[in-house]
Amino acid sequence: MYVAVKGGETAIANAHAFQAEQRRGDAAQAPLTLGQIEQQLGLAVDRVMGEGALYDRGLAALAIKQARGDLVEAAFLVRAYRTTLPRFGYSLPVDTARMTVLRRVSATYKDLPGGQVLGPTFDYSHRMLDFALAADAGEGGGGEAPGAPLAEAPLDPAMPHVTALLDSEGLIQPEPPAEPDAPPPGDITRDPLLFPAPRDLRLQSLARGDEGFLLALGYSVQRGYGGSHPFVGEIRQGPVAVEIVPEELGFAIDIGDIDLTECEMVNQFKGSRLRPPQFTRGYGLVFGWSERKAMAMSLVDRALRAGELGEERRGPAQDEEFVLYHADNVEGAGFVTHLKLPHYVDFQSELELIRRLRAEAEARLARASAEERAAADAFATAAV
Amino acid sequence: MDTLPARPATDPGYNFGYLDEQTKRMIRRALLKAVAIPGYQVPFGSREMPLPYGWGTGGIQITASIIGPADTLKVIDQGADDTTNAVSIRRFFARVAGVATTERTAVATIIQTRHRIPERPLSAGQILVYQVPQPEPLRQLEPREAEARKMHALADYGLMHVKLYEDIARFGRIATSYNYPVMVNGRYLMAPSPIPAFDNPKMHRMAALQLFGAGREKRIYAVPPHTEVQSLDFDDHPFKVWRADRCCDLCGAPDSYLDEVVTDDKGGRMFVCSDTDHCAERRGAGHRGPLAGHALQEIAEGKS
Amino acid sequence: MSAAEPILSVRGLSRRFGAIAAVREVSFDLWPGEVMGVVGESGSGKTTLLHLVSGSLRPDAGTVLFRDRQGAMQDIQAMSEPARRMLARTDWGIVHQNPRDGLRMNVSAGANVGERLMAVGARHYGNIRGAAEDWLARVEMDLGRIDDLPRTFSGGMQQRLQIARTLVTHPRLVFMDEPTGGLDVSVQARLLDLIRNLVAVLGLSAIIVTHDLAVTRLLAHRLMVMQRGQVVETGLTDQVLDDPQHPYTQLLVSSVLAA
Repeated sequence: MYVAVKGGETAIANAHAFQAEQRRGDAAQAPLTLGQIEQQLGLAVDRVMGEGALYDRGLAALAIKQARGDLVEAAFLVRAYRTTLPRFGYSLPVDTARMTVLRRVSATYKDLPGGQVLGPTFDYSHRMLDFALAADAGEGGGGEAPGAPLAEAPLDPAMPHVTALLDSEGLIQPEPPAEPDAPPPGDITRDPLLFPAPRDLRLQSLARGDEGFLLALGYSVQRGYGGSHPFVGEIRQGPVAVEIVPEELGFAIDIGDIDLTECEMVNQFKGSRLRPPQFTRGYGLVFGWSERKAMAMSLVDRALRAGELGEERRGPAQDEEFVLYHADNVEGAGFVTHLKLPHYVDFQSELELIRRLRAEAEARLARASAEERAAADAFATAAV
Repeated sequence: MDTLPARPATDPGYNFGYLDEQTKRMIRRALLKAVAIPGYQVPFGSREMPLPYGWGTGGIQITASIIGPADTLKVIDQGADDTTNAVSIRRFFARVAGVATTERTAVATIIQTRHRIPERPLSAGQILVYQVPQPEPLRQLEPREAEARKMHALADYGLMHVKLYEDIARFGRIATSYNYPVMVNGRYLMAPSPIPAFDNPKMHRMAALQLFGAGREKRIYAVPPHTEVQSLDFDDHPFKVWRADRCCDLCGAPDSYLDEVVTDDKGGRMFVCSDTDHCAERRGAGHRGPLAGHALQEIAEGKS
Repeated sequence: MSAAEPILSVRGLSRRFGAIAAVREVSFDLWPGEVMGVVGESGSGKTTLLHLVSGSLRPDAGTVLFRDRQGAMQDIQAMSEPARRMLARTDWGIVHQNPRDGLRMNVSAGANVGERLMAVGARHYGNIRGAAEDWLARVEMDLGRIDDLPRTFSGGMQQRLQIARTLVTHPRLVFMDEPTGGLDVSVQARLLDLIRNLVAVLGLSAIIVTHDLAVTRLLAHRLMVMQRGQVVETGLTDQVLDDPQHPYTQLLVSSVLAA
C-alpha cells in the first residue's frame, strides 16, 4: 500500500532516543556533571546566559549539556524556559561604578585613577595548544595550573569610569539624564520591538543578540562600513550587586551579585551643522565574562546612533531595522531551519505555475516561428 | 482514526496551555484588536516557545491562548494530520493542555494549520489558526517595516499592483501561486500565509473565525466570520484558481487540491488529495480513484 | 478658476538649520501656466525652498497655499499626511535631479509610468499599459524598451522616463530640481526642448530650480534670484538676464558670459 513520506509519533520518539544516545556518547566515559560545565566551561555558560537572556549558571550548564554543547540550541532552551517564569518586578539599574572590579583596562589613558587591572584574560597569551591540559585528570593531577598569586595590595576602591573623566571636561557627549517624568525603559521581552526603536530597546536587543553577528557588524564598522574611529575608553568586568525595592518594604535590598562585562567605546565625532565636535559613546553590557561581545556591542550601539547624530547611514551596522531584526539567533536559527519542514503544497503550486508558463512560452515561440516561416514562404512566393 | 487517546493527562510542571495567564491575556487582547480591525497586523509580545521560531510559534501562541479543556484540536501541515511538525504540535498541546485531539475537520473546534485550508467548508463556531512565517505582504517590495506600516496606514497599495503588472508584462499572467495577497474588508492588504492561491476563495465570507499568528515577526491578525476577502487582480486579468488538471488517484475527488507524488525514477507520478481527512472521508463513503486498490498495490511494489 | 488667481501662494517662508538661515522670508505667487525659475549658487537656499514649497520639509515660519481642483486654497502644512501624499501623486509632480530618486530602479519602465495610475486606483491592465505606451511615446522613448529596467537606460533616457512617470497623472504643478544636471550638453539640449514643449502643450505650472541660467532662459517665464537664503531680485526672465539690477545677479550673469 502506498504511504506518503510522513513521520508518525513512533518515528519522532525514536529520533529523540537516538539523539539522547548520541548526546551521552561512549558510556565508558564518565558523564559530565553540571558543576564541571559551570566551573570549567564558564565562558560557554556566560554566552548561553547572555543570549538566553536569563542569569542562572545552573540552568545554562544544564542547557549546554542537553544541547550537546550547541550553544545556540542551549540559548534557545533557556529562552523557552524563561517564558514560563513569573515576573516579580524590575531591579534598580545596576551601578557598574560600584562593581567589584576584577579586570579593568583602558586604551585611552596610560594610567588613570584606580589603575589598569589586567585580571584573568587570554590577552598576551601565546595561542599554543597546552598539551599539559591533555593529560588525564585521573593520572597525576592532570597538569592543571596552580592558583594565581594574590596581589600585594588591594585595588583602589575608587574606580571612576573613564568617560566620567572626559565628561568633566565636556569633551564627550553627556548621556541624557533620566527626566523625572520620563517613561521607564521598555522591555523587549514583554513588548514587540517597533521602529524607529529608541536606544533602550536597541541596547536590550544587542545585549542578547548573537555574538557572531555583532562581532561581524562591529568589524565591518572598523573596516569602513559605517566610518567610526573608536577607542576603548574602558572595559571592566566583575560582580555587581543587584538591588530591588519590594513594595512592602519601600527601600532597596541587595538580592545578590551578577558578573557583568561593560565596555564604553569613545568615538570621534567631527560635529555637524547642528552640533560642535565632541567625543561620542558606544555602550556594551553583557552577562558574565563576554569581553569580545561587549566590545562588538559598543561598536554597533554607536553605529546605530547615526540618526540622532545626523550622520549619513552608509553601512549595515548603522541600519537599525537590519541590525535589530537579525541579531537574535533564536529567531534566526528557527527561521533558517524551518526550511526543512515540508513545503510541498507551495512547491506544488509553483510546479503547476512553471509548467503552465513554460507551455505558454513554448506555444508563443512556436507561433512566432510559424509566422516567420509563413512570412518567408510568402516572400519566396512573391519573389517567384 | 485519531492518533492520540482522548484527553491525556497534562504535564503538571506547566500552566494549562504552557503560557502563563498574563501572557494569554496579552495575546487575547491582541486578538480582540485584530478581530476589530480585520486584516490589520497587531504587534504583540511574542514569547519564546519550546518550538523554534518559524515552526509555528505564532499559531501555537494563539491556540494556547484560546484553547479550553472542552476544545477538540486538529493540527495540519500541508493539509495532512500526520506530517511530523503537525504531530509534534498536536503532541505538545496534548501534553500541556490535555485536550482531545482529532484528525476530523468536522468535529474540531480549533484547527491549527500550516499552508492549507481544509477542503470541507468550515462552520460557525470553528476557529482556523494559521501559522504565518511573514505577515507583511509588502515585505518583498518594501523591506523597511516603518515604511510598510505607513503604507498600510494610508492604504497606499499601488506598489502591490506594480508587482502584478510586472508579472503580466513578463509572463502574460499573474505569476503568484501561493501566499497570494488579499484585500480584507476593502481596507487592509493581507498576506494569507503560504496557502496555495487555490485556497484563497475559501477565505471569503468564511463562517469560521480566522486567526493568524506570526511568532518570530510578533504580529497577530484576523478575519472575522463572513468578512469580505478579495484576491488582488486587474479588471482585465481577474484572479484565477489553478490546480493540477486531474482527480485524486485515491478517492477520485475532481476538485480538491492535489499533492504530486513521485512513485519511481522513470517519470511515474500519482496525484493525491493534500487534505488527508477529506480523502479518507471520501474513501470511507465509497469513492475510489484510478489507483485505489490493486493498481496502487502494484505501484508500491514496483510492478507494472 | 481664472488665470487671475494664483495656483500657488507662498508667504514669509523661513527655515533655519542650526545657526544657518537656509531660507529667509520668501514670498511669491505662481500663476496657472507659468514657469518660474529659481536661480542661485549652491548653498543659496534654492533647493531648500523647493523642499519647503513641496511639503517635504517643514518651515519654521510662513505658509504655502495651493489652489485645488475645486478652486479652494489649501494650506499645505495643515493638510493631513494622506491628503498630502494624494496630492503628491496626483496634482503635483516632482522631477528630481538624479532620476534614481524619482524612479523605481527594480521595476520596468512601463511599471514606473503605471505606478502613479495604480496608486490612485487604476485597475485595468490594458489601460495602464496603454497609458504607459502613450507617455513613453510623448517623451520620445523607444516603445520596445517598455519592459526593460531603468538601470539599463542612459542618464538622458532615465530622465525622460522620470518625466513620463511624473506627467502621467496630469499634474497641475511640477517641481523640477536641476532637471538637466549631470547630463551631456547635447543630451541636455534635447531634453530641454522636450520639457519646453510638454510644459507648453499641457499648460503646466512649474517651478524649476537650477544654477544654470541657460536652462531658465529656455524654460522660465519669470525668474527669482536667491542669495544666502533670500530673494534678491525677481522679474521676467529676459529682463533679469539682459538687464540685471542686483549686484549678485550681475555677477551671476557676467560669470556665465565669461565662461
